[in-house]
Amino acid sequence: MQKFADFLTYSIFKIPQGSKLASAVNFFIFDTIKIFILLFVIVFIITFIRTFFSPEKTRDILSHRKQNIYIAHILAALLGIVTPFCSCSAVPLFIGFVEAGIPLGVTFSYLIAAPMVNEVALGLLYANFGLKIATIYVLSGEIIAIVAGILIGKLNLERYVEDYVFKIKVANVQYQEEKKTLKKRMSETLEFTVQLIKKVWIFVVVGIGIGAFLHGYIPTGALAKIAGKNNPFAVIFATALGIPLYSNAAGIIPLVSEFRRLGVSMGTSLSFMMSVTALSLPEMILLRRVLKPQLLAIFVGIVGCGIIITGYLFNLILG
Amino acid sequence: MVIKVLGGGCANCKKLMENAKKAAEELGIEASFEEVKDIEKIMSYGVMRTPALVVDEKLIFSGRVAGVEEIKEVLKKEAGK
Repeated sequence: MQKFADFLTYSIFKIPQGSKLASAVNFFIFDTIKIFILLFVIVFIITFIRTFFSPEKTRDILSHRKQNIYIAHILAALLGIVTPFCSCSAVPLFIGFVEAGIPLGVTFSYLIAAPMVNEVALGLLYANFGLKIATIYVLSGEIIAIVAGILIGKLNLERYVEDYVFKIKVANVQYQEEKKTLKKRMSETLEFTVQLIKKVWIFVVVGIGIGAFLHGYIPTGALAKIAGKNNPFAVIFATALGIPLYSNAAGIIPLVSEFRRLGVSMGTSLSFMMSVTALSLPEMILLRRVLKPQLLAIFVGIVGCGIIITGYLFNLILG
Repeated sequence: MVIKVLGGGCANCKKLMENAKKAAEELGIEASFEEVKDIEKIMSYGVMRTPALVVDEKLIFSGRVAGVEEIKEVLKKEAGK
């Protein structure tokens, strides 16, 4: 692959070896190919696993078993990874869960884990940072979801859910799981994966493109002073910055790998990426329809604190 | 035939509506179309994921955008009843 990138850069585009432009173009081609192959593979695997889970099934698992509340939180956060989720479904999902008698805190554990640990983020994290960082991201995300959910549960905040939520009569239809053959699952998975990549590829390319530009023109370590581990406010700043950047999560992860080279510390980078995926402005606007402002603020506050603590922790451990 | 798409008006819901209209048109089925955006009505179908397709008050599927061909199959089946 590196040979292919070299070939394109030096032979096809005829850019002189060793120039800044060559470095940028070469990096861009190599990275793009690598990231898309890995992204495709990982999204495909996760999507395939997801054909076995549905929110309806998750709801039934969480509501029918009268299990220990802590186990319910852990289960909810784990199911958040494997259940397909899109932020446009956050409201019906929230109502469906609450109506089924799932405790508010457990519902939040799910709602925090589902968008944070999603297939695009995982694919891109693995492609850009490798297995270790992807695993750290998933584990921290799960722990934040579990702890934040438990806290929200303990605070007894049911009164801050919009009143109409409890009045809605949800049709008591026993959900008929569509019968699927392996072949159908595979073709559905492939279709979904292709659709998803079609949707995000432009953001990924722009992210890699900006990264490549920085790679060619800005020297390694240039950001170390302002965003390195010695700046105590970098983590908080990174978390706040991530909130409005939701729709570009796909473009941000490739860019963050470049920030790393420029000297942004790992914990700060993790905080930034978690904030981008877990705290999204459009999702908050949607959730406002079912949550009163107080609960929405508590939700953002607790998750935000969790992300910030994670950032400091990994700045200490990983540097 | 009454075809409803349940969903908050996101891009996927619009796509599903487009596909459903195309499917009905290609089959030459007379149908009225409705976009259901009201959350209480959506919930009354027991749906937790949008978009969802409802044909003559029967929930066909939820949480994904089906292609034109698949919707054609569904409509044929429902029309044949």
